[in-house]
Amino acid sequence: MTADMDDSIEKNKRPRPGGFNLRINRNRKLGGNPDIILTTPFSILGRGVIYFFQEIGKVTGFLFQGFFLIFSLPIQFDKFIQQIFFIGTKSLLVICLTGAFTGMVLGLQGYYTLVKFGAEGLLGAAVALSLIRELGPVLTAIMIIGRAGSAMAAEIGIMRISEQIDALETMDIHPIRFLVSPKMAASLFSFPILTSVFDVIGIFGGYVSGSLLLGINPGIYFSRVESCVVMEDITGGFIKSIVFALLVATICCYQGYFTHTRSEGFGAKGVSLSTTAAVVISSVLVLVADYLLTSFLL
Amino acid sequence: MESPFIELKNVTKQLGSLKVLDGTDLSIRQGEITTIIGKSGVGKSVLLKHIVGLMRPDSGQVLYHGSPLSKMKKTERKEMKRKISYMFQGTALFDSMTVYENIALPLKEKTALSDSDIGERVRKQLHRLDIEQIDGKYPSQISGGMKKRVALARALVTEPEIVLFDEPTTGLDPIRKGAVHQLISDFQKKFGFTGIIVSHEIPDIFYISQQIAMLNGGKIIFQGFPEEIQRNSDPMIQEFIQGLESRRDELTGMTPHLRGNQRFREGLAWLSRHRLSFSIIMLRLSNIDEINAAAGHTVGMMVLKNFADLIQPRLRVTDTCMRFGFDTIMLLLPNTDLNQAQMVCAKLSKDLKGADIVEAAHFSDINISISAGLAEAEENSQLEELLKVAESVQTDFFEYRCREAS
Repeated sequence: MTADMDDSIEKNKRPRPGGFNLRINRNRKLGGNPDIILTTPFSILGRGVIYFFQEIGKVTGFLFQGFFLIFSLPIQFDKFIQQIFFIGTKSLLVICLTGAFTGMVLGLQGYYTLVKFGAEGLLGAAVALSLIRELGPVLTAIMIIGRAGSAMAAEIGIMRISEQIDALETMDIHPIRFLVSPKMAASLFSFPILTSVFDVIGIFGGYVSGSLLLGINPGIYFSRVESCVVMEDITGGFIKSIVFALLVATICCYQGYFTHTRSEGFGAKGVSLSTTAAVVISSVLVLVADYLLTSFLL
Repeated sequence: MESPFIELKNVTKQLGSLKVLDGTDLSIRQGEITTIIGKSGVGKSVLLKHIVGLMRPDSGQVLYHGSPLSKMKKTERKEMKRKISYMFQGTALFDSMTVYENIALPLKEKTALSDSDIGERVRKQLHRLDIEQIDGKYPSQISGGMKKRVALARALVTEPEIVLFDEPTTGLDPIRKGAVHQLISDFQKKFGFTGIIVSHEIPDIFYISQQIAMLNGGKIIFQGFPEEIQRNSDPMIQEFIQGLESRRDELTGMTPHLRGNQRFREGLAWLSRHRLSFSIIMLRLSNIDEINAAAGHTVGMMVLKNFADLIQPRLRVTDTCMRFGFDTIMLLLPNTDLNQAQMVCAKLSKDLKGADIVEAAHFSDINISISAGLAEAEENSQLEELLKVAESVQTDFFEYRCREAS
């Protein structure tokens, strides 16, 4: 039994990819095998880079598998509907609230800035463009990450640690098709719709603070919205929201799906780490992707 | 010779720095139940996971019909997976689905059956395992024993060709344990699947297995018939088996199989040394299949238990009453010749007449018949031979018709 325990301790000590692993053997003279004497900073860097690219490869593979399995027959229609209800419908209230207050604060801030130039008539355009092009897709994505993304990671993570995913495999049910694809499809469907809801409510929020509270003529506000927003802005916003949908669903499901391969925590702790990682990584990636997309779309 | 159905050849697997499987060889024949026994943590579950393809060996091969699993094409592997079902040690039930949905899932996802057909098959399983009343509950709302039975139902609902059971009865009470073993055995006879069971239930598991394999130190140290392992002289194997076998049979409170064999040998020794005659009475619940089909396996086991409870107080102090299989009880009567044995048998039969060995109020439509066979031992008799003699002269011992009784 003690031998088993020693072994398990030994197992936990194994070098981790990307981790700092310093091994010094004082009995050997310098100039022996450099790898045994000291793990150099280069090898740490190298290991980190290799790990990084490996992860990117794995995530991309996961994304493609999940995406193409959406179309495998028979189409899992009922699961798709369930996920739309969970990711889409249930996020509606949060999205409405965030949208309303974002629009209202944009109205206030925009008025404060524009009035200095005597251009408060442009408030409608300012609010609508910043919402449709930027804030709508990004804030919607971030709100859904908090509400549904964390749930996806936790759900799949728990299924992994309690062998439910193995059970699916033994039943010859493709776990990615069964668990990930419906979530991905539902995200692709819900994100653009929620983004547009966010935009519309945000524009009305701007109207509430700008017109009702600060007295800008409603006609001017809405005519500016209408005249300044072009189809390209809306398409750009939609493209963003679709890319974010793929990113969020992939990262969150991926983190949950590979909970068991984490070396820093097992079981419930592993799931908690996966959920945290899912939220942090997907939020950061949404912002990074937003920048890249904006620079391409402009 | 025909190649075995499933074969593990020199399989090794290292997990971390622990070598779990170290050159494991195992062959499993089609249509038989093979039980893998061994100490806890010796790698039995890992072995099962290699067979089902959840784990891949570091070296060595897993062969199906002589062709290695690792070299199978995707379609072949899919085809093979469709035939296999796996019951996890930790049940691995889907905790966000109800019991009904859990059992229906493999049918729903992998067959073209209509919802009503699926419903019928699931309900049949629920009835067989005595868990009908919990079909709408979630796994977290039911007990550990119930979860085990749900997992068993899920594994068997697709009527697979190969079923792997990872400790199917751990945590169940003796009656349910017996019922599950019988259910596995019944299903095996009915559908002819190949079963691989990891279990600690000795000797119960010997009644339903055709092959026993013992895993130790990453190797299979024994593979053979249940009788062979009981006779095996390797002290490690004997220590393991006897260590697991309790002093009393859990279900009936009788002497268990192995100790019974010992008593039999003692009786023979008395016979040859002191010329004291020695007989056996074999009592068999001859319509157990009927009872199981009509009222479920749990009732079958309950009947056997109640019957044992009635028999035991009526025996003489020197007699030994032993459980000899799922439906068989054997009485060893030392210092008794065949005539006396017949008298004992007749007296028991008379005493028990009309006794209510099922709660008649609950099960009004089952009949029970128990038959008795007698044999007298001779100097060089083997237990098996005596059993054959007893089996050939079976007469009615006990009849119980619920309808009449009620």
